[in-house]
Amino acid sequence: MERHFDEELQGLNNEILKMGAFAEEAIFKSVEALKDRDKNKANEVIANDKFIDELELKIDEKCLDLIARHQPMAKDLRFIVTGMKLNAELERIIDIAVDICQRVLELADKPLLKPLIDIPKLAGIAQNMVKMSIDSFVKRDGEIARRVMFSDAEADQLRNAIQKELVEDYMLKDKSTTPRAVLLLLIARFLERICDHATNIAEDVVYMVEAQVVKHHPEKL
Amino acid sequence: MIQSTKRNISQNIGFAVLFLCILTTLFFLGTIIYFIFTRGLQVISWEFLTQPPRNAMTEGGVAPVIIGTLYLTLGSMIFAVPLGLACAIYICEYSPKSIALNIIRISINNLAGVPSVVFGLFGLAVFVNFLGFGVSILSGSLTLGILALPLIISASQEALVAVPHSIREASLSLGASKWETIKRIVLPTALPGILTGVILSIGRVAGETAPILFTAAAFYKRGYPKSIFTEVMALPYHIYALMTEGTHPDRQRAIAYGCSLILLFMVLLISGVAIYIRQRQRSYHG
Amino acid sequence: MDSDIKMRAERVNFFYGSSQALKNVNLNVFKNKVTALIGPSGCGKSTFIRLFNRMNELVVNTRLTGKIYIDSQDINLPCIDAVDIRRRVGMVFQKPNPFPKSIFDNIAYGLRVNGIKDKDFIEEKVIQTLKKAALWDEVKCRLNESALGLSGGQQQRLCIARCLAVETEVILFDEPCASLDPISTAKIEELILELKKDYTIVIVTHNMQQAARVSDYTGFFLLGELIEFGKTKEIFTAPKDKKTEDYITGRFG
Repeated sequence: MERHFDEELQGLNNEILKMGAFAEEAIFKSVEALKDRDKNKANEVIANDKFIDELELKIDEKCLDLIARHQPMAKDLRFIVTGMKLNAELERIIDIAVDICQRVLELADKPLLKPLIDIPKLAGIAQNMVKMSIDSFVKRDGEIARRVMFSDAEADQLRNAIQKELVEDYMLKDKSTTPRAVLLLLIARFLERICDHATNIAEDVVYMVEAQVVKHHPEKL
Repeated sequence: MIQSTKRNISQNIGFAVLFLCILTTLFFLGTIIYFIFTRGLQVISWEFLTQPPRNAMTEGGVAPVIIGTLYLTLGSMIFAVPLGLACAIYICEYSPKSIALNIIRISINNLAGVPSVVFGLFGLAVFVNFLGFGVSILSGSLTLGILALPLIISASQEALVAVPHSIREASLSLGASKWETIKRIVLPTALPGILTGVILSIGRVAGETAPILFTAAAFYKRGYPKSIFTEVMALPYHIYALMTEGTHPDRQRAIAYGCSLILLFMVLLISGVAIYIRQRQRSYHG
Repeated sequence: MDSDIKMRAERVNFFYGSSQALKNVNLNVFKNKVTALIGPSGCGKSTFIRLFNRMNELVVNTRLTGKIYIDSQDINLPCIDAVDIRRRVGMVFQKPNPFPKSIFDNIAYGLRVNGIKDKDFIEEKVIQTLKKAALWDEVKCRLNESALGLSGGQQQRLCIARCLAVETEVILFDEPCASLDPISTAKIEELILELKKDYTIVIVTHNMQQAARVSDYTGFFLLGELIEFGKTKEIFTAPKDKKTEDYITGRFG
């Protein structure tokens, strides 16, 4: 039987996808701004945040409405609950992108500490993980989601490497580099956080699609 | 334990008594039918059903008598059905619930209890003499009609009351007026019940003697009735006449049993039709 | 009056004999929306919707004060015929109540009492209406069979179709699913959501979840009073009145 409820679920799905698209865009722009030391791009991302906040509230309200009015069960319930979580994760990702952009604004006026190699690499991983996690949601595909989760370890390693390099090669050797090195360190930390959020999304998607709780249960992967 | 055994015993005795009652009733019914059949069947023949009486009603058939009964019955229904139905509709559907309505109801019920000979006298006074219809089919029909009226009214009332309130509401909610609702929904739904009532009252009317005694029945009349203002022979009165008057009691008695059988058969047939209609309608109405 | 308002109750009090069934009720019914009325048994919600098609008049010894408007018109003025109001405001009852007639005649009935005699028109309308009520596929081969042979859910959809045939503007549902199984109930609910595109709908229901699923606006009645009225979304996520909250969370009633 066709249900009017399905139309509403489809509407919610579209809103979440919109949020995902905003998140991808925000990360992409913040990484560009970092690489190009582009203040305009950074400001763009920061300014855009208030629309995102509105969208987040709208999605939350929609989820609440659907739960209250339709008493969803099984698949429908998992979808709506996952939708609510995804909404929060994506919004958080965008907030982090804004944080990165704020650091970029600070860095842009200072001389370059070193040519950036590992940070763009980490940024690439983060971007890819977010993209794939959203992709897994769109396609309702647990396999794609699992690949996202496996990438997380790589991101952690890279962040540790960046941290080690910045501390040992710059901050300990030349105190004057510390302010710039700390900013870069923060950025690395932010990028790694983005990867963590992408992992959360992937875990939620696996729950939605397969009704399996893989969060904190690595053996179920 | 003991108490429950006691209870069982008293229950069994109760059932046994009830069963005996039924058995008694069936016994009498069976006896009547057997009695009339065995005696009446001897005279039944094609001639008996299709020929007029001959030779001072000791030979020939009873065809005009059967026809007379049919006329009287038909006439009474033509009069009583529309009137009775209209009364029932008014009482059930239109009249406000009041003391007056209760009085009307009680009166109608009492009318049903009036002895039939009283109806006969009433018919004689009003239709035969006062209105000047004379001893005729018309007077007899009207008298029988009045007799049937309370039966038809109460049967119709029951049928109308049995029509669920919910479908009346449905009809009204679709913008039908009260009259349209009665005409198109209530009456068709009540029709089987009304018909049953009508047919049962036909059975009753066909067998009545007293009301036609003074208003319609003739002891003997040559040929078939030609107008509603002529008197007529009818089965119940014919039986009475054959048994009480005439010159050849033996032969007349045989014919009387024949007439009884015909009357019994007519009434059974009519009741059968009533039952058939009710069953058929019931299956359609779920 | 706001053009989005289809019907309006203004300071309505209603009495059965000396007992008061409705106390100063004010409520707007919006056009092309589903308005649900919830509340425990005997709270007056059924009595209330029956004011909109003047069905309460059929009950003796009742009294109404206050005004009921449909399209800004006071429907209780002496010059207005209840029959005309009922043509505009259809009703579906708690128990399916098809006429003991054929499926076809059930739908055609409303047209016929409205004086339509054109057979082709009636036939076309019956088919169109049955399709609209999502019943056509199930009954197209048995239009001349008794409507009483249909299942409860089908009978109820037939009753809805019967309303649609007379081109009603509003449909009042008085606990339409009270006697139906969950699947039939879901079908009726889907139908209600479909119908609100063309009709204004008021539904009385004991089933809060049903009210939540199908309605845009919800009113909560308690002991003849309208305690709270608002968007369904708000009533079921953040009711303003404590009594409403207690009722919808199952703390009483």
